[in-house]
Formats: sequence, structure tokens, C-alpha cells
Amino acid sequence: MVDRSPVRDALTHAVLWLGILLVVFPIYYAFVAATLSLEEVARAPMPLIPGRHLLENLQTVWSKAHLGRVLFNTFVMAAGITVGKIAISILSAFAVTYFRFRFRMAAFWMIFVTLMLPVEVRIIPTYAVASNIIAPLQWISEWLYLPELTQALMGRRFELKLELSLLDSYAGLILPLVASATATFLFRQFFLTIPEELAEAAKIDGAGPLRFFWAVLVPMSRTNVAALVVILFVYGWNQYLWPLLITTTPDVSTAMITLRHLMPGPNDPPTWHLAMAGALVILIPPALVVTVMQRWFVQGLIEGEK
Amino acid sequence: MFLPRILLVALAVFALLFGRSTGQAAEVQFWHAMTGALNDHVNTMVKTYNESQKEHTVVATFKGTYPETINQTIAAFRAKKQPHLVQVFEVGTLTMMLSGAVYPVHQLMKEQGYNIDWSKFIQPVLGYYMTPEGNLMSMPFNSSTPIFYFNLEHFKKAGIHAPPQTWDEMEAAVKALRASGQECAYTTSWQSWVHLENYSALHNIPFASKANGFKGLDTVLEFNNPQVVKHIARLAKWTQEGSMSYEGRTNQGTQAFQNGKCSMLTESSAGYANITRNAKFEWSAAPLPVEKGTKPLNSIIGGATLWVLQGHSKEDYAGVASFLNYVASVDNQVWWHETTGYLPITQAAYAKAKADGYYKQVPVQETGLKQMMRATPTEISRGLRLGNFVQIRTVIDEELEGVWAGKKSPKEGLDEAVRRGNELLRQFEQLNKQ
Amino acid sequence: MLKRVLFRNRYLPYYLLLPQLAITVVFFYGPATQALFSAFRLTNPFGTGSRFVWLQNFRQLFGSPEYATSLGRTLIFSFSTMALSLLLGLLFATAANRVLRGSGAYKTLLILPYAVAPVLAGVLWLFIFHPTFGVLSFIFRNVGFHWNPLLDGTQAMVLVVVAATWKQVSYNFVFFLAGLQAIPRGVLEAAAVDGAGPGRRFLHIVFPLLTPTSFFLMVINLVYAFFDTFGIIHAITEGGPGQATNILIYKVFSDGFLGLNLGSSSAQSVVLMVIVIALTVIQFRYIERRVQYEMT
Repeated sequence: MVDRSPVRDALTHAVLWLGILLVVFPIYYAFVAATLSLEEVARAPMPLIPGRHLLENLQTVWSKAHLGRVLFNTFVMAAGITVGKIAISILSAFAVTYFRFRFRMAAFWMIFVTLMLPVEVRIIPTYAVASNIIAPLQWISEWLYLPELTQALMGRRFELKLELSLLDSYAGLILPLVASATATFLFRQFFLTIPEELAEAAKIDGAGPLRFFWAVLVPMSRTNVAALVVILFVYGWNQYLWPLLITTTPDVSTAMITLRHLMPGPNDPPTWHLAMAGALVILIPPALVVTVMQRWFVQGLIEGEK
Repeated sequence: MFLPRILLVALAVFALLFGRSTGQAAEVQFWHAMTGALNDHVNTMVKTYNESQKEHTVVATFKGTYPETINQTIAAFRAKKQPHLVQVFEVGTLTMMLSGAVYPVHQLMKEQGYNIDWSKFIQPVLGYYMTPEGNLMSMPFNSSTPIFYFNLEHFKKAGIHAPPQTWDEMEAAVKALRASGQECAYTTSWQSWVHLENYSALHNIPFASKANGFKGLDTVLEFNNPQVVKHIARLAKWTQEGSMSYEGRTNQGTQAFQNGKCSMLTESSAGYANITRNAKFEWSAAPLPVEKGTKPLNSIIGGATLWVLQGHSKEDYAGVASFLNYVASVDNQVWWHETTGYLPITQAAYAKAKADGYYKQVPVQETGLKQMMRATPTEISRGLRLGNFVQIRTVIDEELEGVWAGKKSPKEGLDEAVRRGNELLRQFEQLNKQ
Repeated sequence: MLKRVLFRNRYLPYYLLLPQLAITVVFFYGPATQALFSAFRLTNPFGTGSRFVWLQNFRQLFGSPEYATSLGRTLIFSFSTMALSLLLGLLFATAANRVLRGSGAYKTLLILPYAVAPVLAGVLWLFIFHPTFGVLSFIFRNVGFHWNPLLDGTQAMVLVVVAATWKQVSYNFVFFLAGLQAIPRGVLEAAAVDGAGPGRRFLHIVFPLLTPTSFFLMVINLVYAFFDTFGIIHAITEGGPGQATNILIYKVFSDGFLGLNLGSSSAQSVVLMVIVIALTVIQFRYIERRVQYEMT
């Protein structure tokens, strides 16, 4: 770039090749496994060169594991998490960096603390909440002695028996996972690096905060949004424990559950070729998001500096 | 009616998000943890049952591993959406019994009008899951007991003509195999189950006080006794000299046996189906070795049972009872035993398989049964009933791994396991003290 | 930290915060407080009975040598993973930044592991490293190197650190690369003209400009190493052998999910949360000071 030195160039390429070897080899090996037959994949160790059964394995696993439906469900879930989180986080980050108000720091830490307790740890209480999300209304009505009041007033007992369950629904898959702070943190970091002159100029022009937000901050945040789309989509796609609890029927099953179920247990024939074929299919959407968005995001960064 | 477009979109989104699939009422929900071929067999069993009668439908759903299945059941129970039947492994027995969430099987069958003679069942299989009064809490579904497998070709090469029946003969076999060029002579699956729990039962040594926990929650672990320590020391010596290979905490050992790496294996009788399919050499099975001069007792059971959960309607329970009755029926038991390798639970099923000549064809399948039925269970060889047993097994696995690696002496390892296990037992006792 | 130029609306910030706070309260604070309260109880797994036991769960934790061991292992594991993945991420990003042709391919391939789920990653590493059927184990055996992470705790730790790092390197790589590419070429060229070699350029220009990114990554990496790694450990070693890889978060998962000991698991979560909050506060107070948010 700045100085050309053939030695350094060669070294650079060597480093990159080493990196790629280390980093891609496991995935390559999974690909190899997906191309083998049952007999070949059971050998210890597995061969290193691909076999010829890829299509056949793909076909078997696609129908056996209902991959079409599973991919759709997981896509809705991951997309929902991505869009939801980005939307609420960019608003919160804006509020916390560009306004001085009494509960500013409290709000920031309230949101930030969500990073400190991952969903797996609070998973059973979250399930209890999600399985009857308007339970609080029911408690409130009982606490206010509503049934007794209505009986006294109207002679009939009016009990609020509300039940809105998020079980087996896309909302159930999406909403609880939207409650964490990675995106807010990233936007906050980014907003702090934006030159003060821009906000000053907006104020001088008489633009209100919302105009500043939509006209200046949002466009500038394109690259961060791209990064977050990658992070959040992959995060949502790779969720295992939460979808496991919140879904009880196979037709709302998600990718990771299916993947785990495809993996042969110690008592089963070593159908790793099918498991890896399924794994490859399941890997494609997040891999696509990662590759496509990455180019846009890095390019956007370069353009943003001009 | 004309609705503004945005409202329509909102409704659609709402429907998409909140709409969900509803299960039909009057289906019996059965959650299980059987993978692969066993999964197919469970589905076949359920399908056969459903087609055999018109009143009830059972829906079997695979929920993952045993811990995952239990956790989903717990979550569902707390949200009042529990299934009717759930498959739980044997180490979860006491947790389930004291959970306050189960409907004991003996009670269910009686209240639904089935007059079952529990004495016609194979007692060692049921004993693990019965109350001290002899009432069955859960229905055994997939039960097995550990046996000893050996590679006939390796034995021939080493000049061994009969399977070792004592541990001293095992030692000799190990030496002979090593001399014949074999690196790994022996491996095991489920180390705690085979070498602590079953070893103790076979030799009538208490694993824990109070009849292995059956008689009270204030039980303490006792497996750090001299004989067991000596046995573990023997195994540790083999591991450190390379004759025995430690392959993992569950049944990874079986893979090492079936691909020819290790010549001898102790593993569940249910491993028979897998080994039959995968081992490309001649092999056979025999009862577990015991110490010289012992008259061995019965081995104890492992596997899982079906628990019925509370909170459903009487009509639903009629279906549950009908299905459980089917599970225990002779024809189903014979089919399940011969297809999966799990043990039959009724004497009638055992007798029928014998009469059909099944054991002449597949003698290996009778090894486990005979070993389990060779003696009347004493209060020690009945089985184990310990709280927090899943964690206790993990503790035992961890300490044994330290022993195999030479980091601690067998006595230290077992003492530490007893100490940590007792803490877990006390916690369980405290929680469940009435 | 706050911008210098602010907007003056009184109520707007509250409206902006409302969606996130609402969801956070319902789906985080509600369940989290329940989970935390159960740290002070012994609870029957099915929820049919519980006993209030004050600090007993905590006392038991702090009194057990296993917990101290686990803490030690966690520190070793987390800082190793963090350091290794940050260094490698920066190394690859620096290299990729220099390359003109084919950089797209390099970038795409280096980012790929990020898309791989822990469920799958664990299995892939077993294909390679498992003592019995792993391909590298096969090579090790032929070379005479005794590889057995099933019994050797150090080897097991190395294995999980490598596996956890593998996933995280891509993440760091992307952010470092973006940070590097955001550095205006003009500044670097000017420095080069002034006679500064690549080392000095890196130290005095590149590194300071990378500090916001580095800080962000440090916090995220730490959180990742402490919290998100139990999936990989569960798939590869299950905390073994002995307790060599039984890091705190795995213990939380294993005691809660596998052992169904909700009281102890919640108590451990509380302690873990306090540790990570403390580490993060330290990072914010002492390290963020050195972060240069704007180019001077």
C-alpha cells in the first residue's frame, strides 16, 4: 500500500494463506464428510478428499429433515431478531448519546447489563414469562380484587382469565432474543466518533433531533447496520436452547434443533455424511449473509471516508 | 369491509407472529429421547398401537437428549403445558418420584380399571422403579444391563479359549492379548454404572447406606470401600500401562471395540444391535467378570422409563393407560426386545421368545437376561435410589478421570467422589425434607 | 460519555428509549430477577416446592475447592482466548489490508467461521482432534506425540481454547479490517514520506486510531469468552477430563440444565454476572480513558 516491498508482500500472502488454512479447514472437512457414503464416513480417520455422494446425501437429508420448512422458520426468526434489535437499539443509542436527561446513565446501564446475563442462564423463567405474557394483567386484576368488586357491584363475578402464550409462535422465537445490548453498545460507540460539527450544523440549520437522526445519523450508520445485520442474523440463526424450549411441535422447528437431531448419537450408525450434508445446507444462509454483507459493509466504510 | 391497507398489513404480521399450530385435544403426547434407528422403532410402535384401536391417538415427539427432554418437560410443566408421557433415564428416578408432578403408574392403571399382576413382571427390571411397598412408579421402557463383549479373533490370536469369568482371569487375558501384539486389550463404556454400581451390586457391596438410598434420604455414599478401591486400582494400573484405554464418559468405548481397537468391552446389553451392525469381526458376549470365589448376585438395570405427568383429564389418562398396557403386552415386548436389544419386562415375553427359539438363534441376547435374573435381588442389588444422581455420576466421572490420568491415587479419587457426592445428597435431602 | 453538542428536548429521549426498555423489562428483568431470586432458594426442578435458604448456595460455592478451580480455569481460558483471537484477528486484518488483488477472496474465507454455530463447530473440531477418529490425532500418533485430551487436562484446555478462538477470530478480523481501512491513506503516506517505517507507523498512527475498535472488541471478546463458550465446551469435552475445562459458565449450564440444581446454578450465575460486570466496569473506567474517539 504505502510502501512496496516484495519480501513483505510475500510474507503477507503467507500469513493470509496460513490463516485461511487454519480457519477454513474444519469447514472443508465437513464438506468432505457430506460427500461420502455411510461406509466411507465411518472410517477412522475420515478420508481427506471428497467422495461422490454429495447430491444423494443432500436429497436424502432435505426430505428426511424437512429442511425447506425448517429453513423458512429459522429465516423468519433470524430476520425478525435482526430487524427488531437494530430498530430499537439505534433509537436508544441516539437517546443516550445526544441528550442529557436525568436517567441517562441509568438507562444506559439498564440496557447494558443485559449483556451480563446470557439467555441460557435465565431460560426457564423466560419460558414462564413467554408462555403467558399477559399474566401480569391477570395478577393486577386479582390484586385489585376485581372479581370481588364486580361481584359486589354487578352481582356477577368477572374474572380475567387471560392467556396469551408465545409458545410455538414466531413472536415467541423472536421477542425474548431481542432483549440484549450488543447493538446499542455498537451504535453508541459509533455515535461517539461522529464529529461534533455535524450536530452543530444541524442545530444551526434549525433542524430538530429527529431530522438530524434520519438525515445524518442513519445514513452514516449504514456500515454499522451492515455489521449488525451480520452479527444478529448469525446470532439468531444459530440459536439452540431457546427455540428448543419454546417450540413443541416439529413444524416450528428451527435449524439448530434439526441439526442436533441429525447428528448420530453413540448408539446410532454413524450417519455423519447426512448430518454434514444437512449442516452444509443449514450453513448456507448465514454464510451468504456474512459474505454479501461483509463486502457492502467494508466498501461502505471506505466510501464513507471520502 | 374496507380496511386501510396498513391495518391489513399489521393484521397479517400479527397473525404471522402470533398464529401457532395447535395440537388436537385427546391426543396423548409422548416425549422421548430415542435417536436414530431407535427413533424409527418408537415411531413404529406408536403407529402400530394407533392402528390397533380407534379411541386414542398417541403422538410421539423426539425431544433431544435425556437432559434436554427433562428440561423441556420441566419448562412445559411450569407453564402448564406438559405432555402426558415422558421418557426419563434411570438416574432421574428419585427426582421424578419426589417432584410432585407425576401420576404413579400403578395408581393410574388401577384407577383406569386395569388389573395388572405386577408379580408377573421381571422383578429386577421393575425393582429399581418401585416404592418400598412394591408399587410401580413408572413403566420401564428401554432397560438394559451391562455385559462383557469380546473379540473372538483377537482371543484366538492370543490363545484365549474361553471368556474370563473372574477379574484374575481378565488380568491373564489382558497379558495374553498384549503379548500377542494387541495394544488396547480392554475398554469400558459407562464407567460408573459398570465398575462402581454394578460391581458393587454383583458382589453385594453397598454403594450407599440405607439400602442404596431406598430407605431414606439421609443416605451416604460408601463406594470408597477397600474392595472397590482395589478394583479401581487394578483398572488404573491397566490404563497407565496402556492395556486399557479410557474412551469417554458415556458409550464411546463401544466404538473403540467395534472398530477393532480394543479386544474386550464392558457395555450395556443394548449395545448388541450396534455391535452386530458395525463390528466386522467375530465376537461374542458373556456375563460380567466377578472376583474369584464370589457367588455373584444379579446385575442392575439401566435405561429409561415412562413417567406419567399430572394435570390432564380423565379421558386423556384413559388413553395413556391403554398405551402403557400395550407397551407391556407380550407381542409388543417380544418385538421390541428382538428389534432393539433392550430387555423384555414381562416373564411371559421372555418365555415366548424362548419358546420361539429366539435365543438359539441369538444367544447373546439372553446373556444380559440370565445375568440379571440369576439371583433374587437383595436390598443392595435391587438398584440405587439417590437424589441428584446425575450430578453424582458426573462427579464420579471427573474423579475417575483424575485416577486414570495418574493425578490421584484410586483411594484419593474415590474418597473425593464420596465427599462431593455426599454434599449433593445433603442438598437433595434438605430440599425434600418434609 | 456524552457528545458535546446536544439536543434539548425533554421528553423525546424517553420515547426513543421506550421500545428497548419495554422489551428489556419484560423479557430480561422479569426473568432475570426470578432467576436471581432462585439463587437464594433450593428449588425442586418442577417448581412444586422450594425452600428459602438465604446465602447457603453462595456459602457452599465459596467453600468448595472445585469452584475456585473452576474460576482459575475460566480466567486462563478467557484471557487466552481473548488474547489469541484479538492478536490473530489483528494480524490477519493487517495482512488483508495490505493486499490489493484477491483480497475479497481472503476476506470471505477468513470470515466464514463466524457463520458456523457452536453446535456444529464442536463436532468439526472433534472430526479433527478426537483421540480415536480425529485426523490430526492420527498424524500425532504416527509422529509419536501422545495426544489424549480425554485424559490430559492441559491438552483438553488447549483444544477448547483453539476451538473458541477459531470462532472469534473472524469477528475480530472484520472489525479490525474495517477500522484499518477507515484510516485515511493520506495520514499514513505523509508519515511514510517523513521517514517513518511500518513499525513506527503502526505504533504511532494505526494503533491509536484503532483504539475505539479495540476497546469495543475487548469488551465483546471478554463477554464472549465468559458467556458464549459453553456450547463449544459441551460439544467437545463436557468440562472434562477431571474438571480441566469446567469453566464457570459451563458449570452454570451443567449444574442447572443437567444436574437440575437450580439454586446452585442461579447462585453461580449471580457470581459470574458480578465478575463480568466488574471486569467491564474496569474496562470502561481505566481503558476507555485511553481511547481516542476523534482524530486530533
